[in-house]
Amino acid sequence: MSIDRRAVDHVARLARLDLSEDERAVMLSELQQILGHAEKIQALDLDDVEPMSHSVPMVNQVRPDEVKPSLTQADALANAPEVEDHRFKVPRIMEDEG
Amino acid sequence: MTDTQTDIYTTTVGLEIHVELATASKMFCGCRVAFGGDPNTRTCPVCLGMPGSLPVPNEKAIEFTMKIGLALGCTIAEHSLFHRKNYFYPDMPKNYQISQYDSPLCYGGAVEVVGDWGTHPVGITRVHLEEDTGKSIHIGGGGRIADSDYSLEDFNRAGTPLVEIVSEPDIRSADEARAFVTELRATIEALGVSDVRMEEGSMRVDANVSVRRKGEKEYGAKVEVKNMNSIRSVIRALEHEEERQRKALDAGEILIQETRHFDEKSGVTSSMRTKEYAFDYRYFPEPDMVPFEPSAGWVDSIKDSLPESPTTRRERFAREYGLGVKDVGVLTSSLKAAQWFEAAAGAYEGDAKKVVNWIIADLFGLLNEAGLELWESKISPVQLAALVTLIDSGKISGKQAKLVLQGMFESGDDPEKVIAEKGLEQVSDEGAIEAVVDDVIAENAEAAGKVRSGNLGTIGFLVGQVMKKSKGKANPQMVNELLRRKLS
Repeated sequence: MSIDRRAVDHVARLARLDLSEDERAVMLSELQQILGHAEKIQALDLDDVEPMSHSVPMVNQVRPDEVKPSLTQADALANAPEVEDHRFKVPRIMEDEG
Repeated sequence: MTDTQTDIYTTTVGLEIHVELATASKMFCGCRVAFGGDPNTRTCPVCLGMPGSLPVPNEKAIEFTMKIGLALGCTIAEHSLFHRKNYFYPDMPKNYQISQYDSPLCYGGAVEVVGDWGTHPVGITRVHLEEDTGKSIHIGGGGRIADSDYSLEDFNRAGTPLVEIVSEPDIRSADEARAFVTELRATIEALGVSDVRMEEGSMRVDANVSVRRKGEKEYGAKVEVKNMNSIRSVIRALEHEEERQRKALDAGEILIQETRHFDEKSGVTSSMRTKEYAFDYRYFPEPDMVPFEPSAGWVDSIKDSLPESPTTRRERFAREYGLGVKDVGVLTSSLKAAQWFEAAAGAYEGDAKKVVNWIIADLFGLLNEAGLELWESKISPVQLAALVTLIDSGKISGKQAKLVLQGMFESGDDPEKVIAEKGLEQVSDEGAIEAVVDDVIAENAEAAGKVRSGNLGTIGFLVGQVMKKSKGKANPQMVNELLRRKLS
């Protein structure tokens, strides 16, 4: 699979990245390299290898259902650029391509 | 819906139901789970999505999800994963939701729904676990997102464990959808893992509805309907949407795949988006969480701990109390209703069917008028049983009992007290009734003569006169017997 400029634009938009023309060129070549690397792996005969999602041999990491103290309202809102009625104030929500 | 339309079109509905779990703490952090409260008072670096925070799954939430899955006849996956679902929306501070994708905790179950159409199985595709979002308030533009000036975010709810249940498109009508949601709600309620309150949003229903001409193999365009906040609105929204699609097809229109919003007030669905979007959530395994592989022993112990399922309860009610499908359906629609009935039936010594009749034929009428559920009534199960016992003993007539029930419903008093207060006691003293009967015979010589000469049809008139004279208190059965004896 190769990646073209349109795919770069699409991925950038999905990630809400505003890339300059130069950055897009850099991304294109870097993504091509990464995909090239993946292609090498895909070329191997891996029929007997189980797909792996995590590289650590560990399962079932859970915590007991216990309530721990939360942040105070003031601390929770401390980093908010804007606050109204003790809520995070955000700009108008635009319905856009997910 | 006309019969002709049912002949021409087939409706296909699949439901997606979200249920908030009633754990003490959130899905991936120790913040308390509760409804409402002061905004942003139950948050921490994890549920606010701050960099460097480490979410850890709540064991109880996983157990609750497996309970739901097992109760719905699902298989518990030997290996399951959390995934990141990437999209941008301000009610989700991480810009991704931790959810499950191709390896859900539970899959492949079925629920049996019961209605006038008989019993019908509805497949359960999957039951998975994810986190809830925060709550947005849109300011300006009448509160609608598209017209608002800005929005305010409260993250108290963000990170609440949320179970998603996806059904197969096996539902064929609004009524089957109602039956399915009712069944699901009763099942989950019985498990004690969620409040399942649709009005408070702890249970939310979305529907995929498509209509096609009979005989066509391909499904019609899939329309997603959102914002149904009660079982009643599920019925209304689906009936409306079914009708809308049929009419469109009648008119030769082409339906498009879209999401529609149900408006409670107008009872109408309207399109939420005009543009078609191909959502690209770029799911990938959540690197912060290792796979989940429950031991067979754990799954078995959960299986053993499951309470009586609504299906089993229905079978037991039919067997133990000799009730028909319809009565059983009404009484098992929720665990609380079933428990109320069983308490009343337990306190009553005669045939439980009599108690059922009083609940369904009379008490439900009063409850509906007052907008109450069975278990919210001022009348206790024991008081209802006492009322039916009083009828059996002849102390009051069935007709009087209706008045007594009304009084009990209003005051919550014992039936004896209501009877005394309203002076409703039935007179079963033979001497007292005989005196009235004699008076009536004397006053209505003509009618009495007719009965004597064999015209028994006239006896009803005389019974009525005695009842009238006794202000409805005379035991009607005794009046009848006395009249027959005296006029034979």
